[in-house]
Amino acid sequence: MPLDDLESAGPGDKGMTGTDVVTARDRGLVACTRCTRVWPMDTETCARCGSTLRSRRDRHLQRVWAWLSVGIVCYIPANLYPMLKTRTLFVEQDSTIIAGAVEIAQHGGYGIALVILVASVLIPIGKFISIAYLALSLKRQVKMSRHRRHQLYEVVEFIGRWSMIDVFVVAILSSLVQLSAIASINPGPAAITFALSVIFTMLAALSFDPRMIWDGPEDRQE
Amino acid sequence: MIGPQLNEPVATTAAPEDGPEEWIACPQCDALFTATVPALGERACCTRCQTVLIAPRRGAFLRVIAFAITVMILMIGATFFPFLQVRVAGMRNAASVFDAVLAFVDGPMVALSVAVAALIVLIPVMRAALVVYVLFPLTIGRAPYRGAAWAFRLAEVLRPWSMAEIFVIGCAVALVKISDLAHVDYGPAFWMFGSLVVVIGLQDSSMCRWTIWKALDPETRA
Repeated sequence: MPLDDLESAGPGDKGMTGTDVVTARDRGLVACTRCTRVWPMDTETCARCGSTLRSRRDRHLQRVWAWLSVGIVCYIPANLYPMLKTRTLFVEQDSTIIAGAVEIAQHGGYGIALVILVASVLIPIGKFISIAYLALSLKRQVKMSRHRRHQLYEVVEFIGRWSMIDVFVVAILSSLVQLSAIASINPGPAAITFALSVIFTMLAALSFDPRMIWDGPEDRQE
Repeated sequence: MIGPQLNEPVATTAAPEDGPEEWIACPQCDALFTATVPALGERACCTRCQTVLIAPRRGAFLRVIAFAITVMILMIGATFFPFLQVRVAGMRNAASVFDAVLAFVDGPMVALSVAVAALIVLIPVMRAALVVYVLFPLTIGRAPYRGAAWAFRLAEVLRPWSMAEIFVIGCAVALVKISDLAHVDYGPAFWMFGSLVVVIGLQDSSMCRWTIWKALDPETRA
């Protein structure tokens, strides 16, 4: 990394071996992750913003696993039960997430089918795997570098909310298509379990403390 | 690769002579720096994980307030005006965002109704209101109002749960889904909601959290 050159020119890294970054914890300080202020290690509450201070939220790892497990559990019925109940004059049809996407693709809407599949299948499953991987990587040696793992965390945090798309689609369709006898669309039970799955996985990602990624052994390439 | 002018290290490791109120710890990786405010329009990033730490903008407080008030006004219209309208065989039905929220009200889905209302209407409006409450006294050079730190922290905690932009993409998907079932027209609220999303984006991107926290802190207020 070219940045290391910038850093080593600074006055502060004298006497430091290997690592060129000093963390708040190294200095006996605890940092507020909400407002970035630092305090002496034994401070409990940030006087600037009122957040609870923890040098590392290491005990929250249990919460990560707990939220993640409920998230996965909720995701199963979300795929088995219908998301949408469509009723037209003579036909009544229940469709699950995947069936709905396939149906759109058959009508030629490949782009939209792709959006639905990515948002409701690829992203949730990718998130489950990524969060589990990140949590496991804190305890054991993994191949992926700290930088990569941190990037993975940022992607998971950013992209997780987008899985809500399908829930909103159901809400829009069910309110819009209410034409008495001719056509009506109503939400199925999967709408609620899917929404819960998204919310729980978001909570899992938010409970994860990315600072713990950086406590691990330094990468060879760094 | 980010250009070096955007990526100056905030400083190297903290010099012993400045106090902890001048220090800043990266919330993502705990790296400790001396906070040096970059030139207006430039960003100071963490040298280790590239998280943006300080990004001052000219007249940012006033601009953020203007955006936040715009969000609140647009949201009233976007919620109650018709959003989309369907026509099938002479029958028509128009739905507002308010109707979309009420889509789940029947039966056991009430919780989902509340969640959708919160995610697409209440939380975005609440964040805007909190930000105005926090920033207004600061722009006119007064001391912050009571509970301003608490209010700003709440606004920040709610940030990942504000999902208006996801709702708009959900609309696009919903439109395609029913385009072969019915004829769909856009209502005025559709465009209001679209612009609302842009304004929320502008509000969040022109806000430098560190500057605001610093201004709220009685110890470091300039």
